[in-house]
Amino acid sequence: MSRVKALIITGLGLNCEKETAVAFEAAGATASKIHLNDLLNDPSKLNDYHILAFIGGFSFGDHLGSGTVLANRIKHGLRAELEQFIESGKLIIGICNGFQAMTRLGIVPSLKGLFNQEVALQHNDCGTFRDNWVTLKVEEESQCIFTKGIHVLPVPIRHGEGKFVAMDEETLNQLEEGGHVCLRYADPVSLEPTQEFPLNPNGAQNSIAGICDKSGRVFGLMPHPEAYISPFNHPHWTQQKINGTLPEEGLGMQIFRNAVHFAETELL
Amino acid sequence: MIYRLEISPRTGMDDPAGHAIQRKAKSILSYDLAKVDTAEILTIDANVDRKAAEEVLKEIVNPVLQGGLIGAREDRNFDWFISIGFLAGVTDNVSRTAREAIRDIIGRPLTDDEKVYSSREYFVSSAKLKKSDLEHIAKDLLANVLIQSLTIMSFEDWKHNGSPINIPEFVVTDEPKVDFINIDVSDDELMEISNSKTLALQLDEMQAIRDYAINNNDPRREELGLKGKLTDAELECLAQSWSEHCSHKIFAADIEYTDGEGKVEKINSLYKSYIKKATFEIDEQVDWLVSVFHDNAGVITFNEKYDLAFKLETHNSPSALDPYGGAMTGIVGVNRDIMGTGTGAEMLVNVWGYCLGSPFVDEQEVPEGLHHPRRIRDGVHQGVIEGGNQSGIPYGLGWEYFDARYIGKPLVYCGTVGILPHKQHGKSASLKTIETGDVIVMVGGRIGKDGIHGATFSSEELHKDSPVAAVQIGDPITQKKAADFLYEARDADLYRFVTDNGAGGLSSSIGEMATECNGCYVDLAKAPLKYAGLQPWEIFVSEAQERMSFAVPTDKIEAFLALAEQRDVEAAVLGEFNDSGKCHLIYNDLTVAFLDLDFMHGGNPKLQLKAKWDAPVFEEIPEEFDSEISDDIHELLASLNLCSSEYKSRQYDHEVKALSVIKPFIGVEADVDSDATVFMAEPMTQEGFVLSCGIAPSYSDIDTYHMTASVIDMCLRRVVAVGGSIEKVAGLDNFCWPDPVESAKTPDGQYKLAQLVRSNQALYDYCKAFTLPCISGKDSMKNDSTRGGKKISIPPTLLFSVIAPMMDVSKSVTLSSKRAGDYVYIIGETFAELGGSQYASLKGYVGNNVPKVNAEEAKKIYKQIHKATDAELVHSLHAPVFGGLAAAFARKSIAGRLGMDIDINLIPSDDLSETEILFSESNSRLIATVAPDKAEQFEEQMKGLSFAKVGLVTLDDEVVIRQGKHIVAALNLENLVKSYKKTLDGV
Repeated sequence: MSRVKALIITGLGLNCEKETAVAFEAAGATASKIHLNDLLNDPSKLNDYHILAFIGGFSFGDHLGSGTVLANRIKHGLRAELEQFIESGKLIIGICNGFQAMTRLGIVPSLKGLFNQEVALQHNDCGTFRDNWVTLKVEEESQCIFTKGIHVLPVPIRHGEGKFVAMDEETLNQLEEGGHVCLRYADPVSLEPTQEFPLNPNGAQNSIAGICDKSGRVFGLMPHPEAYISPFNHPHWTQQKINGTLPEEGLGMQIFRNAVHFAETELL
Repeated sequence: MIYRLEISPRTGMDDPAGHAIQRKAKSILSYDLAKVDTAEILTIDANVDRKAAEEVLKEIVNPVLQGGLIGAREDRNFDWFISIGFLAGVTDNVSRTAREAIRDIIGRPLTDDEKVYSSREYFVSSAKLKKSDLEHIAKDLLANVLIQSLTIMSFEDWKHNGSPINIPEFVVTDEPKVDFINIDVSDDELMEISNSKTLALQLDEMQAIRDYAINNNDPRREELGLKGKLTDAELECLAQSWSEHCSHKIFAADIEYTDGEGKVEKINSLYKSYIKKATFEIDEQVDWLVSVFHDNAGVITFNEKYDLAFKLETHNSPSALDPYGGAMTGIVGVNRDIMGTGTGAEMLVNVWGYCLGSPFVDEQEVPEGLHHPRRIRDGVHQGVIEGGNQSGIPYGLGWEYFDARYIGKPLVYCGTVGILPHKQHGKSASLKTIETGDVIVMVGGRIGKDGIHGATFSSEELHKDSPVAAVQIGDPITQKKAADFLYEARDADLYRFVTDNGAGGLSSSIGEMATECNGCYVDLAKAPLKYAGLQPWEIFVSEAQERMSFAVPTDKIEAFLALAEQRDVEAAVLGEFNDSGKCHLIYNDLTVAFLDLDFMHGGNPKLQLKAKWDAPVFEEIPEEFDSEISDDIHELLASLNLCSSEYKSRQYDHEVKALSVIKPFIGVEADVDSDATVFMAEPMTQEGFVLSCGIAPSYSDIDTYHMTASVIDMCLRRVVAVGGSIEKVAGLDNFCWPDPVESAKTPDGQYKLAQLVRSNQALYDYCKAFTLPCISGKDSMKNDSTRGGKKISIPPTLLFSVIAPMMDVSKSVTLSSKRAGDYVYIIGETFAELGGSQYASLKGYVGNNVPKVNAEEAKKIYKQIHKATDAELVHSLHAPVFGGLAAAFARKSIAGRLGMDIDINLIPSDDLSETEILFSESNSRLIATVAPDKAEQFEEQMKGLSFAKVGLVTLDDEVVIRQGKHIVAALNLENLVKSYKKTLDGV
């Protein structure tokens, strides 16, 4: 059993636990799926893990705003332990609903300290939930641990509230200048960041798809790397097979491999 | 204290909800609204202090996007105010979530007496509008007055009155009691009882109930004070059990069928004589059927670890009333069928399909009392989108079929594939038992007046004065939590039996479970209610959603209830199973019902029906029309039954669970709908399954026999088209028919029933020929409307769906052309079969030569094609269906964004006209593209079949269809894309 331990919080309408666990296991970690209520019964358990994943789904049905009620429950039951987890340099990834909850909690980007909301994920400009594959360009200057060594990442998005919005101009500037922006929606040919629908499916400010805190260890993104873990997940894999360009594993795996590799070298 | 929390976008921020209303008001109702501001309102009526209320507000408001206050914002400027809340007793999901948030904040759960209500307010700026315009917008766009309250005020009125306080409290009027029905009455009075209580029982059924009650000498009934009497709950319970919806009376009827030659045949149950018979005969030949017909879904073997379950339902009547709520409960309802299959299967993939009237139909053509098809379509999609997405289940197949006759009744098909362990706790997970003494537990949502009489009202007019009883609202999150709990409890072996509460509610679930050990004893006072005031019979038949019923061994009940509590899932012990032979209901110390299970489940008399087939003859389709072939192709591609439905489909999650291999949309731009889809059963593996379906209601106008043969062939052809095999395919039959029982209302009942007989005959013939067992199915038999004084009956519609395990998904193929220079092959012969085709319909004809199926030839083709895909000899495969070969060439080219050059002289066929070759929808054909260096091997593999190389994939931006040297049509690719996508783009 791998010594790197990943905790996947489940329940309450979250729904990507299975594939996220498979991704972490394939990357060499031991993944535990634990219901949030069980963790709240014994918050000290969080300390046993090196990586924490807030996964995708519809916690509490997105009622009262995506991530709101989940973040509220975490804040009231796990605040001190979460603070300690982050301060001890461990890793957190939030995907889609998990990212939304992290912004509501105020643990990313955390420019002015923890538990202070500075960015939000607004309703998509297109006005509907949307499922399509996007091309992400990785900001290679970013300190993000999870995106190291990746240049381009094709992954699906599927959300209704995914438009990245910063509290104000100043916040946005700090994000850009501080290396917090690690992923942007890009044109698949030119790889330039884009505001064009559906390449940028939600109208995110500065085409931002994912950000991290100043340590690069706390990371949130709207797209779903855990949905591209098999090469056969890609929409063009039959063409890739004919062209001889089919990869051995889904490219989303790189995110999980980076996390596990970092934990192995820095956190054990 | 009552606190009104008002939350709206903060100054300078967009109001996406307001924009969405502006867009819809413009596109659907042609109103230009200058501005729409929105606010979400939470009304909290609870014993909390102001500080706590302020904290609740602070936690709910998203400070980046929103502002909020307790009270009402007064600095607004607008012309009209609209407020929409829920009527008393209607499920309010947002308020339920708010209760959880409040619990976390104040550190205690709210009591039953403390209430939270959600509502929405709209501030519309548009000076020119009159109050009647606002009513139009509110009722036809924003609210459903069946379930929602509506307040409209001018700016002046709002300034004067302020925003309304939304407290739709349910007022209890009656104490729980048991009424006795005076059943010892004349036949006329019996029917009066049936009609006035929305029981939908026929005279002979009412007579059987009368005889049962009056002549019952059971001493126990006498002891309980029931001698010679019948309780309200007993009557309601029998009406549920015997409803068409639950007992499938028409499929069980004795039918005297007269065929076209005047030959008379007696059929003892269509279901037994055709559907079951085919499956049971096939079961003798194959070893992979695990559980068919008796459980909530059919089950087949998959691999060493798992079995697969598949089930499809319709939710037509509820969706006609409340498209959003009806369709949502359709999808979450069929999800529960999977949860209740075996000891609990896990949901993998959802499927949906809708038969609708055109969204572009003129409002004048929609009979009064019916929703406009566009509103139905938007609502149905939104309901299934939210139900599926919030449950974390991807969709695998989705389609729409349009015909003016679905204006009367939309068809809403929802299905789910599930996976369950082959074996668990030392026994097959598909088998479940109940033992005497097991505890009856209801888990999930609470019971309200929602959906009372859902199973019986489908052919009835809605009672205007009892709206909350008619419509169910789904709550996917409560169900998701119940599902997560169920699998945990299953893996811990905490129960013996599970089933879902669907139509008929507890009367159906517990009533059927009781037959497992032959008896039950239930105290209805123990059932958790949404609000007080439900009568015992209402508790028993309510179809309130999100509930599962369990049989739990007494030594496990403590652990079972403890786990439920830890998962925020409500579980209530209602009674126990026994071997008394009775369904015994009490409410505290009242006796509510004491029915013999035998009578409940077999006491209803069989229907005796007549069917007579008289083949219709339509005007023949002319060989030629004035139009250009290229224009016809463009028009076909843009027509509702062929065009892209991508806009709506992309609002459904396709990807959650990371299982999708061949997605619903494929090609370079992922914008062409796939023939079929392929999924892995577990993430990152290569074992999976193919899903496909077939539907062809226009063929029914000519002959339902060939319609049925065609849809079965369509399914198999589509399986093969994505690389699947026909060796192990399981089917689901979903019949939606107009009322086929002859009566004054339905003078052509004998013909409609003959259509049903012929469809079943074909189902038997072709399922047998293809060794394709039906593992589950459902029927909906009263799809007519008489609203607005106009009778509209749907065309007889059979949806056939299949699941086919595929042990190496890396062999999958898609329909898009992949490489210029590849050869184009057609396998299978084209016949003069324009009857019922989309081309015929475009030209205003029906015709007579409906496509037929030669099963032996088809099997040869499908087996040889599969060998070719298994050997990786083809680059693409497509099954031409609607629009024939012409549409198929266009679709392949659009998907691959490559040109094509085709010579129709080379297409295997016998002396056909140009239009017949291009537009016939002949069955069993496939189009392949093959790399030149694999052509020889491919042709070798096709030996013995009718096939030909008919052209090339090209780099040009044109699809050229020629006849020798004569160019029949040259179609610019970009224009084809436009035609294909423009019709429903953004609609």
